[in-house]
Amino acid sequence: MFILCLVPLGHLVWRALHNQLTANPIEYITHQMGDWTLIFVVSTLAVTPARKLLRLPELIRFRRMLGLFAFFYGLLHFSTWIGLDKFFDWAEMLADVRKRTFITAGFTGFVLMIPLALTSTAGWIRRLGGKRWLALHRLIYVTAIAGVVHYYWLVKSDVRKPLFYGALVALLLALRVGFWLAARRGKPTGKALEPKLTTAETA
Amino acid sequence: MLNKKTEIPSSEITPKWLYLNRRKFLAGALGVTGGALAGRTLKELAWPSQKVLAGTKLNVTAKSPFSTTEAVTSENDVTHYNNFYEFGTAKEDPAKNATNFRTSPWSVKVTGLVDKPRTFTVEELQQLAPLEERIYRHRCVEAWSIVVPWIGYSFNVLLKEVSPQPKAKFVAFESYYSPGQMPLASRAGIQIPYIEGLRLDEAMHPLALLCFGMYGETLPNQDGAPVRMVLPWKYGFKSIKSLVQIKLVEKQPDTTWNLSNSHEYGFYSNVNPHVDHPRWSQAKERRLGEFFRRPTAMFNGYDQVAPLYAGMDLKKYY
Repeated sequence: MFILCLVPLGHLVWRALHNQLTANPIEYITHQMGDWTLIFVVSTLAVTPARKLLRLPELIRFRRMLGLFAFFYGLLHFSTWIGLDKFFDWAEMLADVRKRTFITAGFTGFVLMIPLALTSTAGWIRRLGGKRWLALHRLIYVTAIAGVVHYYWLVKSDVRKPLFYGALVALLLALRVGFWLAARRGKPTGKALEPKLTTAETA
Repeated sequence: MLNKKTEIPSSEITPKWLYLNRRKFLAGALGVTGGALAGRTLKELAWPSQKVLAGTKLNVTAKSPFSTTEAVTSENDVTHYNNFYEFGTAKEDPAKNATNFRTSPWSVKVTGLVDKPRTFTVEELQQLAPLEERIYRHRCVEAWSIVVPWIGYSFNVLLKEVSPQPKAKFVAFESYYSPGQMPLASRAGIQIPYIEGLRLDEAMHPLALLCFGMYGETLPNQDGAPVRMVLPWKYGFKSIKSLVQIKLVEKQPDTTWNLSNSHEYGFYSNVNPHVDHPRWSQAKERRLGEFFRRPTAMFNGYDQVAPLYAGMDLKKYY
């Protein structure tokens, strides 16, 4: 799984070695890394619904890794922008974050992933307590929405791809609302199940 | 490092016309064996309607004083990084999807407020004036730029040929569109056929180029074959491709990107580092093939057009 998650980066390096990064390599790298960030965010969000719907609770094993890879590709995407695109022109970047709404959205989505990546260890789950840790990690919902908005605002006219990601995120969030409602409607076992699964198995 | 150049004698290289016609050739072969449509496909094989214009050498008789001495961008970059939404919205799409685009026969209709309306074939247009090579900077609204050796002549030659009437104040341009040849166009998210426009005095400016080729040859399909406009002081999307109609009109015509998002793309769209696109800065640009961004110049460095806009607030008329 770990190796599989590195394939997009490997592919990019391979293309770089073979001079296949298109006429505008910096833009190409930025877009590739951005795409994969969203794919990994969506995959992370898909773990919980997949566990419940497919009755495969052991899928939880992959959630942390997927989440960390979302952060990893987000970091590459962000550093490409800083280092290659803007070449460390901090004033210009700051102006962009403030003035360009699509950059504000992307920046927000990325920054919110930082605490999640930092507190992804078992030690931090213990330190925060399962409930508080869970609450904190719901920030991924904001990141997912911000990521889709970032993409949607950035394209000029052909919005099919951002809408596709948007639909996936909407579906995955709607499923959660569904689970929550189902749990509330007199299924006490469901409610008890939730914290037990996450605290025990992510640890 | 790993890529080794393989030497292929030119005698073994598939002739370009056959290469470009290979789908049709296969389709033709199938048609013959199948019996159905045999007559039509045989005729197509014998006299292909898609005479390949792209890649034909053009006879350039004059160099132009308008040419820049800046380094010309690699032809491979210019032909594989295109915005031509009729053939797909990703930069690499047009090079792939426009290969079978039929650009011959081709004619351009000149109509509207002119004394001598006329439909020209491309061949007739090419004869109107000696073809010049003009090396222009070309700046896209997306903040990248290229330097291209275009081939053509000043658009005002054609205008004079049709004698605009005094009432004519604007020129409206229209691109070719065929859903059959451009199946992706309906998903582009912009109005197709692509339309553009200029004020008549802008169109009369000698820098405005009616363009038939680049890099010594006729235009590749993805770059707007067989005939397009090139307006080096405006953002690239103003330079309409695969031109089929020119109409002189009294009122300012609609333009595709302005209809799509008037807040972001104005009628004038002159290159202007001081007026940002709402979503990004226009102060700098990335020249393809270069690492660092370079500053963008007012009117893309073509200051001679400034008198056209004297007294205009270019923040308002972006």
